[in-house]
Amino acid sequence: MEQDVTIKIKDRDGVIHEVVAPTDMAMNLMEVVRSYELAPEGTIGICGGMAMCASCQCYVNSSHELSEMTDDEDAMLAEAFDVQENSRLGCQIQITSALEGLEVELAPES
Amino acid sequence: MIETDVLIIGAGPTGLFTVFEAGLLKLHCHLIDALPQPGGQCSEIYPKKPIYDIPAYPEILAGDLTEKLLEQGKQFQPGFTLGERAETIKKQEDGSFIITTNKGTKHKAPVVAIAGGLGSFEPRKPKIENLSKFEDCGVEYMIKEPELYRNKDVVIAGGGDSALDWSIFLTDVAKSVTLIHRRNEFRGALDSVEKVQELKNLGKINLITPAEVKGILGDDHVTGVVVEQKDKEPFILDTDHFIPLFGLAPKLGPIGKWGLEIEKNAIKVDNALDYQTNIPGIYAIGDVNTYPGKLKLILCGFHEATLMCQSAYKRIFPDKKYVMKYTTVGGVQGFDGTKKEAPKAVVKAIE
Repeated sequence: MEQDVTIKIKDRDGVIHEVVAPTDMAMNLMEVVRSYELAPEGTIGICGGMAMCASCQCYVNSSHELSEMTDDEDAMLAEAFDVQENSRLGCQIQITSALEGLEVELAPES
Repeated sequence: MIETDVLIIGAGPTGLFTVFEAGLLKLHCHLIDALPQPGGQCSEIYPKKPIYDIPAYPEILAGDLTEKLLEQGKQFQPGFTLGERAETIKKQEDGSFIITTNKGTKHKAPVVAIAGGLGSFEPRKPKIENLSKFEDCGVEYMIKEPELYRNKDVVIAGGGDSALDWSIFLTDVAKSVTLIHRRNEFRGALDSVEKVQELKNLGKINLITPAEVKGILGDDHVTGVVVEQKDKEPFILDTDHFIPLFGLAPKLGPIGKWGLEIEKNAIKVDNALDYQTNIPGIYAIGDVNTYPGKLKLILCGFHEATLMCQSAYKRIFPDKKYVMKYTTVGGVQGFDGTKKEAPKAVVKAIE
């Protein structure tokens, strides 16, 4: 469908999944990961998407222009482990048509 | 020994509403929670966040919801064991359970309702190889007794309010205080950040940023930490204590070892009937449970608590007859002697 985008997600075992994510369902990247069950339940999106845990931390490996980091996300990443320059919280990345071809990797569980 | 009818593990919204529903059935409740205050996530993580899907509340702050639930259950005089984690469970010959906390407090009840939400909140631990070896031997994840640090060298790691506040506090207690953070910027209350800056300028706090503690040194007690700073050689910092303050993360914890059927980090229950687990007499309600179609919503927890209480009543009083009454009909009679009921209409004959 035209409203869908294709995203490449590398899971915590190093397996790359090419998934189709809808842009018309107000979903974020963490929810996409959960809906495709790419990480065990209870290890991702623990806070439900409020940027209050870092369980959905991911590394953005493509050059897509993402929405600016909010203070809440920045604060959470300041306290998180395994943070890299390209770290983002999946729950703060809304799925839009601009994300076609996005490539991300899930950060280790912490 | 604390004895009650329904022992609730978890004082979040679901646990608190259970007090009310059980109270309508004349069942007394006692709640255990690892957190020092009731409310679970609502009070610990997001008290100032609005919730929009609580029936009859177009919008309510999580902290206010906790207050209202406490108010609603108050007349049923629940007991609380706060700041303690339910650790072990033992089934008795009479079918009741004894639950002991990590501090040794014992509770006895014929029915246990696990309303543990995401589990008990435990300190988030940095990935340092020998960290666990030094736990309580110089590594502490929370400061319980500040006097422990009197005239000692202390290293605190973290960039939030806890790290800032304790760094400030310990300058009056410890011999030296070093604060290490991965970034140059701190994400705490502005006045705390400014106070740390001031204490740094006075030489009372040794601030090392951007840096991380990567190792701990010592035999049977911490003697130093290995610090890695960006673009610099790692160095050793002598210290008596290392206090990593990286917030809390929920873990299922000891409940996961009670012989309950666990699926996807949650407790499997019979949602077709009463949210009972595989152990008769132990129920799981709210975010802690799982069943086909489960939704982790507060309003679902309320519903589950209501049905669970009906089943708990039958378990405690198998020979008693009971018919569910609407509160609009029967009112609410608290254990504290209060009674709420609709005012009776005055009937007056026309002469």
